[in-house]
Amino acid sequence: MADGTRQLMGYRRPVGRHGIRNHLAIIPASVCACEVAQRISSQVPGSVALLHPNGCCQMGEDYAQTARTLIGMGMNANVGACLVVGLGCEGMDPVQIVDGIRSSGKPVELVVIQKSGGTTGAVREGLAKAEALAAGLAQMQPEPFDISELVLGLECGASDPTSGIGANPSLGVASDMLIASGGTSILSETTELIGAEHLLAERAVDARTAEALIGIVAATERRAKAMGADLRGTQPTPGNIRGGISTIEEKSLGCILKAGRSPLIGVLKYGEPVTYGKNGLYMMDTPGQDVDSMTGMLAGGAQIVVFTTGLGTPTGTPIAPVIKVTANAATYRMMQEDTDLDLSPVMDGSIGLREAGETIFDEILSVSRGKLTKSELNGHREFGIMRVGWSF
Amino acid sequence: MAKALVCDPSDNVATVLEDVAEGDTVTTEDGSLSFRAKGPVPKFHKVALADTEEGAAIIKYGNPIGTASARIRRGEHVHVHNMVSSRGRRV
Repeated sequence: MADGTRQLMGYRRPVGRHGIRNHLAIIPASVCACEVAQRISSQVPGSVALLHPNGCCQMGEDYAQTARTLIGMGMNANVGACLVVGLGCEGMDPVQIVDGIRSSGKPVELVVIQKSGGTTGAVREGLAKAEALAAGLAQMQPEPFDISELVLGLECGASDPTSGIGANPSLGVASDMLIASGGTSILSETTELIGAEHLLAERAVDARTAEALIGIVAATERRAKAMGADLRGTQPTPGNIRGGISTIEEKSLGCILKAGRSPLIGVLKYGEPVTYGKNGLYMMDTPGQDVDSMTGMLAGGAQIVVFTTGLGTPTGTPIAPVIKVTANAATYRMMQEDTDLDLSPVMDGSIGLREAGETIFDEILSVSRGKLTKSELNGHREFGIMRVGWSF
Repeated sequence: MAKALVCDPSDNVATVLEDVAEGDTVTTEDGSLSFRAKGPVPKFHKVALADTEEGAAIIKYGNPIGTASARIRRGEHVHVHNMVSSRGRRV
């Protein structure tokens, strides 16, 4: 690949990868701080509030996972600066979030509602801090960086049979191209490995990675059974079934095609950061639910997501562009406002998977040089953190 | 004549690329197999390429995607009414 085509445009961070966007993230430590965070964000152009219902009365791994995810969102290279908003008495320590993100060297500020005179005082204090952070970000200029720094999140949702036959294998080609260029991809949605895990395990670089992969799939299947219900009825979803996907195995065998043919080099916990400098294909343990899944990958470091869909979906993320791809011509016509690429010609063979994959790869390059995706143009900022325990 | 897409040579189902009505001729994309549909098959749903006994595996992408819950004849629609998942089931 020529140097010119390897070059992306992004924002240098004190440590780690370049970001392809330059967001100011307003991060509430808990649900109790969400309204204040939203009021601050609504008055600071270019900022985004990461609203979530978590952060208090959680324990054990459930607490740790929420903390890891909030810190990971702040650490993501697309975020240039953060304002953390705490209530002051919540279980999630806002100072822990601030310190975690500060380890990246980025500017991070804190406002605590119970120490700022309540809603009005906290909004006033937060606004002053957020405006100063935003002014700093506005001074930054994008600069060229190498494609090997890019981390791509692989997502599929609202799937139908065109996903597994057309869109997902095309994305697999694009993912392999990125990895061949020295970059990184994250596959996720552990539920959608059930019935296909043996194929991915065969591609693991060592026995430990293969065992970890089989282990997270077995744990997910056990959790489903422990609910005392069948996974079917939930996965595949009613929409998947109407579209023609009959079983979770069929969905899974189509789902893993997003990960192409590259070797699997690691298995990550939900929201766990991709190891810096160890590039290649990772699997992250997330649910099949799209928004929680994408949030986990962003906390892991993904600066961009390609999202394949059969039935169409509007979802985006608060901090990373999402390229929406379908191989269903009727869906593209119906959901064009929300869908970036129409790959339906792969279904009748009028274009090959290779060509479709190159189209996706080219779009990844364009979006990583500043082109806005439909989800960004439409202001989609869906955000959700996977829970693994009860609230107490 | 409706075209049907076979993902792997070992598959016993194919995906129809348009709505199929009972009696329509279904032909695999490479033209190697042609048969009449035994009932309607909606666009992008699966059609059986071979007679399949109850309890036998349904194969797509070269791998089992579940088990036939009834006897299935070539040309029939294959979906949740005549096949079931083998994974994530209540025991």
